[in-house]
Amino acid sequence: MYAYDEIDQTLVNERVTEFRDQVRRRLSGELTEDEFKPLRLMNGVYLQLHAYMFRVAIPYGTLSSAQLRKLAHVARKYDRGYGHFTTRQNIQFNWIALKDLPDALADLAEVGIHAMQTSGNCTRNVTADQWAGVAPGEVEDPRVWAEILRQHTALHPEFSFLPRKFKFAITAADHDRAAIKVHDIGLKLIRNEQGETGFEVLVGGGLGRSPFIAKTIKPFVAGRDILSYVEAILRVYNQYGRRDNIYKARIKILVHELGIEKFAAEVEQTWRQIAEGPLTLDDEMIEDIRARFVYPAYERLSDDPAELRAAADPKFEAWRSNSVAPHRQPGYAIVTLSLKPVGGPPGDATADQMDAIADLADRYSFGEIRVGHEQNLALPHVAQRDLPALWSALDALGVATPNVNLVSDIIACPGLDYCSLANARSIPIAQELTRRFSNHETAKLIGRLHVNISGCINACGHHHVGHIGILGVEKNDQEVYQITIGGRADEHARLGELIGPAVPYAEVPDVIEDIVEAYLALRDKPEELFVDTVKRLGVQPFKERVYATR
Amino acid sequence: MPLVKHGAIVADDYVAVADDADLPAGGAVLVSAARLFAEAETLAMRNTPVGVAWPNNRDVAGLVPWLDQLSLIALVFPTFKDGRAHSQGRRLREIYGYRGELRATGQVLRDQFTFLLRNGFDAFAVTKESDAQAFGEATHRYTEFYQPTGDGHLSALQLRKQRHKAVAT
Repeated sequence: MYAYDEIDQTLVNERVTEFRDQVRRRLSGELTEDEFKPLRLMNGVYLQLHAYMFRVAIPYGTLSSAQLRKLAHVARKYDRGYGHFTTRQNIQFNWIALKDLPDALADLAEVGIHAMQTSGNCTRNVTADQWAGVAPGEVEDPRVWAEILRQHTALHPEFSFLPRKFKFAITAADHDRAAIKVHDIGLKLIRNEQGETGFEVLVGGGLGRSPFIAKTIKPFVAGRDILSYVEAILRVYNQYGRRDNIYKARIKILVHELGIEKFAAEVEQTWRQIAEGPLTLDDEMIEDIRARFVYPAYERLSDDPAELRAAADPKFEAWRSNSVAPHRQPGYAIVTLSLKPVGGPPGDATADQMDAIADLADRYSFGEIRVGHEQNLALPHVAQRDLPALWSALDALGVATPNVNLVSDIIACPGLDYCSLANARSIPIAQELTRRFSNHETAKLIGRLHVNISGCINACGHHHVGHIGILGVEKNDQEVYQITIGGRADEHARLGELIGPAVPYAEVPDVIEDIVEAYLALRDKPEELFVDTVKRLGVQPFKERVYATR
Repeated sequence: MPLVKHGAIVADDYVAVADDADLPAGGAVLVSAARLFAEAETLAMRNTPVGVAWPNNRDVAGLVPWLDQLSLIALVFPTFKDGRAHSQGRRLREIYGYRGELRATGQVLRDQFTFLLRNGFDAFAVTKESDAQAFGEATHRYTEFYQPTGDGHLSALQLRKQRHKAVAT
């Protein structure tokens, strides 16, 4: 956990005061809606279908139990008793009144959380691998760098009015859980041959209307230079990014139109003007941030303790084999809490659940919780001997569905039920699919399979990079869905391919079942993942299976 | 449109001259880039302050040969959501060392004042009278900053380092 110092706390408090004044001026009519909109967006406030929506940042997905309790408090006091965890390590509240927002922000500020730049045409919440700092094999904890970036991009005077939103993601592991290739800037922490820590910098990835996989702009940027280097990228983008057309304003379009070489040359020239300047980090500055990441005082334990061998409950074993991952510390484990119960809206948690999870984090995970872009939570430091007791508690809370990474672990945007941009429903389709695939044995047989659903082209459900992607569109006042297969968001990121004409709302679950059945028949061995079968065979056999009877 | 300079509402000394209008006999003038380039010698001979209105889609590097002769550069925010001039301001101040007046024009609102100050602007043609009056209050809201810019404020990283040093000695 990163502990705020008085500088961080002062800034967050000052932001609350500023926003309180902005809301006051809006309510008095001093600010027009046109003037207020970019300001409220920069503070996570959307005007949605039914009410204002409030989006709170969870930088790099790390939460303390106190912070999670405060989120529960906001859900209970100002909203309808629940929150929705999103694909960007944020939590959204859907039913909040504008007049209450400054108070909600002030409450959150007490525990060092904010809503700065969770929307708007500015640098957004910096996301990271949700297992950062605990996953085996990392170069080092990428959250130290994510925090340096968070600070640098918060209320940045030059980059608060960019052509469009701008998203950073960072990982330090070979297996990419942060989807860095579908971000405006993706950073992979690496060590060069001299043993120096730095980053492979990728740029121009993104989903939405024009999806792109990011390209490497520079294979190695030393840690000390990372702020000046990303500053150079942002400066080039701010000046040359398109502002004439909102759909062409993202950096991915600039990179695409210029070509990565030309764009890189422009960045290099800009960087030379500021490299070695005040943005250069020195060891003391980095150490200061690193020192404020407090790590648990782990016990000296061994893997696979006797308590685990004694626990023979098959339900527990199913959950353990699905939801428990290895930890860098012997005797510990990372536990994923599924927010995808059968029939539930993906990513939702009630205030009571949040409070209870915070208590369990205190008891079993050194008071720390993580939020992943898959819309699940994790307890990152659980002693293996505590797993049976923890499982019983999580099961009672309804967050122990053993479906992590399986077909019913669906990523879905809020869709037409909440979002004013959406053309089609997402949540009911996700709910129906979790019912169809609720049999754990069948799901296990199918193996790792990511289904991603978006209710419109803006792709908040990341459908392009779902192994199976479902995109809702509107055609003649009907909701129809385009199906793509073969996408993935990890280190081998690629965009899914369309299998054929869109299908009506009511047929989507059948079509997904058909695709899964086709895969089971087509895979060359049980270990071949769905996405690998698609890569080997292409979309044709799946297309034939789906459209033969339609 | 009130002009705020050094924190106070002041009269604008500059007369904006259209490209096809005659230059006034004396006094400070604000001209377009085209006119600055076309009539450089005439403007230099006047011995009165000359300012240029520079569009936000043109590289400020083009102004470098003229910076010594310019006492004002007016940059434009056609809407306050169009932030190109923020980068232009920082480059003029921090890369090219421009020391004259840097004026924000266009839709300039209270909510950008702090950002603009940090980017090197020192004059503001403010859209709303009430915002101009609130300049002092709006620009003293923040006392801590994460980014180092050319405005002299220490960034949080620099400040923490300094404090550690103070504790150590």
